Amino acid sequence: MSQTAAKAIHYRYFLNLGPQHPSTHGVLRLVIGMYGEYVLSIEPVIGYGHRMHEKMAESKPWPMFLPNTARMDYASPLPHQHAYVSAIEKMTGIQAPERAEYLRVITSELSRISSHLLWLGAFLLDLGAFTPVLYSFDDREYILDILENLTGSRITHCYYRVGGVLYDVDGTFVGKVREFITRLHSRFSMYKKLVEGNIIFLKRVKDIGVLPLDMARRYGATGPVLRGSGIAYDIRKAAPYSMYPKLDFDIPTGETGDCLDRYVVRIKEMEQSLRIIEQALDKMPAGEVMAKVPKKLALPPGDISFSTEGARGEVTYYLVGDGSEVPYRLKVRSPCFSNLSLLQELCEGMLLADLIATMGSLDLVIPEIDR
Amino acid sequence: MAGYFLELISGAQSLIAGFGVTLRALLSPVVTVQYPREKCPVGKGYRGHPHLIVEDETGRPKCIACGSCMRQCPSQCFTVKGEKKEGDKRKYPTVFQLDFSRCSLCGTCRDICPVAAIEYCDLYGIAGFTREEFHYDLLADLPGRAETGVNPAAQEEKQLAGDI
Amino acid sequence: MEPIINIPVEILRPLLAAAVAIGFVFANATVMGYLERKLAGHFQRRLGPMEVGFHGILQMPVDGIKLIGKQLIAPDNVAGALYYLAPLIALAPVSLPFIVIPFSPGLQAIDMDIGLIFILAMISFNTIAVFLAGWSSNNNYSMIGAMRSVAQNISYEIPILLSLLAIALMTNSFSMRQIVESQRGYWFIMLQPLAFVIFFISALAETNRAPFDLPEAESELTAGFHTEYSGITFSLFMIAEYTYMFLNCSIATAVFLGGWKGIPLPFGEYTGCIWFFAKAYFLMFVIIWCRWTFPRVRFDQLMNFSWKYMIPFSLVNLCLTAIGVKLWQAIF
Repeated sequence: MSQTAAKAIHYRYFLNLGPQHPSTHGVLRLVIGMYGEYVLSIEPVIGYGHRMHEKMAESKPWPMFLPNTARMDYASPLPHQHAYVSAIEKMTGIQAPERAEYLRVITSELSRISSHLLWLGAFLLDLGAFTPVLYSFDDREYILDILENLTGSRITHCYYRVGGVLYDVDGTFVGKVREFITRLHSRFSMYKKLVEGNIIFLKRVKDIGVLPLDMARRYGATGPVLRGSGIAYDIRKAAPYSMYPKLDFDIPTGETGDCLDRYVVRIKEMEQSLRIIEQALDKMPAGEVMAKVPKKLALPPGDISFSTEGARGEVTYYLVGDGSEVPYRLKVRSPCFSNLSLLQELCEGMLLADLIATMGSLDLVIPEIDR
Repeated sequence: MAGYFLELISGAQSLIAGFGVTLRALLSPVVTVQYPREKCPVGKGYRGHPHLIVEDETGRPKCIACGSCMRQCPSQCFTVKGEKKEGDKRKYPTVFQLDFSRCSLCGTCRDICPVAAIEYCDLYGIAGFTREEFHYDLLADLPGRAETGVNPAAQEEKQLAGDI
Repeated sequence: MEPIINIPVEILRPLLAAAVAIGFVFANATVMGYLERKLAGHFQRRLGPMEVGFHGILQMPVDGIKLIGKQLIAPDNVAGALYYLAPLIALAPVSLPFIVIPFSPGLQAIDMDIGLIFILAMISFNTIAVFLAGWSSNNNYSMIGAMRSVAQNISYEIPILLSLLAIALMTNSFSMRQIVESQRGYWFIMLQPLAFVIFFISALAETNRAPFDLPEAESELTAGFHTEYSGITFSLFMIAEYTYMFLNCSIATAVFLGGWKGIPLPFGEYTGCIWFFAKAYFLMFVIIWCRWTFPRVRFDQLMNFSWKYMIPFSLVNLCLTAIGVKLWQAIF
């Protein structure tokens, strides 16, 4: 062992970024071995928020699990719900009408924008800037009001059903969404001036937490974390579902995989989501929003897996049916779990402040990891 | 050497630009609503707590006490008993209790009801000191109204606000 | 009529000054705390405290009463007396510099001929207090905060001293009164803008204010060096921080912005202090503005900034000032 390494082990102390901490977004415990200000090793301890969602799915008929899907990743709940109802629809051969699919796309993209705005505020809060979080929450209020008028809840929506969506929308909804699109477009320049152009911010995130491509592949990272390192892998283009084949949008990528690239990727994703919503509003046909679904729908024996693109990465629901209404097994692949696991290898030799910035840029929602 | 000075100058410019953004925010009106002095308008789809809908003609609940909501609720919130008394055309509920502390506002009860007898009210100030305050008896306050809930604290808030 | 107690004026004057200074320290903390919370609210497009008193004016006194009433929880293994001594060391030297600050021509308690150095010496007690607090708390987080604070404070002392040295070269004295009086017809900021900028940024770093607030970096270290302090001990640190802010701003006002000079008011001997306070509190507004606009710098970037940017520029400024003063003397 080299002399510095031996010295580092000799002087190592353990810092507990405990379950209660301002910057772990949820209840995550990181046991950090440190030498001075340098991080030698981290050990994430998860499970503080385990709520047994998958067990609940196995013990109740499948319609009763719908509220749970929104509560796993509460920042962007609708892609999870989309995956669940689409999995059951595919398994049982039910086809939702086109208008319903367009509504699903519009609301999922609104959910994605809301999640990225929340991430923006929280990331800057980790870095020590206390005002952008309130500006982004102000923007997010518009989305939450729109979704509240439509679904009845601000965050834990229970809007999608097998066979379509629950409510149809009217002209007020369309008007409010278009108003929101215009408003958000005008806010990006303010964020650029306050955040992206700021030299202190740039020094904190440029060339920090560089994620090499092979490391991202090995740990199965998805979402903006993977796209920041250069691969344009997005389920909406790689294995398209719902109405995404008919809509025209780009997949933004970064080059080096540092925190700044992940930041820019998420800002550009918000712009692309606005583009998707506009196209969907224009193309949405008139019609029914709910298909004919039998009163008691049993899941046929067999298994199915359905992936959607959540705000944090690839959300997969793997469902095993056994002929009754109660699923035999439901497995949820949470994108944050894979993203967190690469932190162990990524952080060796970083400064503590850089670890906080990197963890923030991974966009973790711990209840989704713990389910 | 040139990079040293260029970075300094561009950095200073970016800091001044940041100052401009917050100064403009300082001079702009606030975006918050001063609750409880001002109140937000409640969204039209807002979910307060489930309550029973009455028929206009008879003033009795539309509910036929089939028990679907009781069976389908993911959190087992309801207790429903009903019977068809002498002179009635159908079954009416005799016991209809809701344990609101377990409700997740999913909407299953409303979607599954065959006669659309259960709906969400628009109360948002629902608060209490004990769990028992959230065990609602949905039949208790029916005659004459269908909007306000049976939660006494919420009733009091509506009175203070001058809504009733 | 015979006075009851015969106190000579030479003792009465400093005693009165001391009483006013201590009272001012707490009054300033109250006003600054309120201003900070209200301004923070408005920068974030919300209102700040509104409930307690008219627009929240009574918020800070009520908070003070609440903090005094809190239980002082000290963890088990703290280093005994040092743990309780640290906030006292933070607060005790803070009222002394008020004796030499020239609020107005008639309102300066004692005019020491090393007044500037005296104020700077008293301000540097902050370093020791923060380090003691972090070390005696027996907590890893606090220790990191304390280490960062010591390195930060030592690095930024140097640019402060060098930039003020340039002014001392020009005025040929360290006495605060003489420095203010030599700004006849112009303010020193017009002659020494670079020194002012360097002094202001270094003062931000000395008082551990954002964007240099690493010792108490909330999102990384929970609360840094004052994690383990509760109730009145925590608020003593906060009062000390606000007072150090005021002291640094009043040095900047007296040295660069002309002190009590401004449009002449009636009773000029004593009402000059209105201009002094206006300028000092404007600088404090700018400090609050900085906190709520910028993210935090990383620790090594902070040290780089001091040693590679602040110190070279202040040395160059000092050399140019020296050359300028000699030329001025040679020509006139």
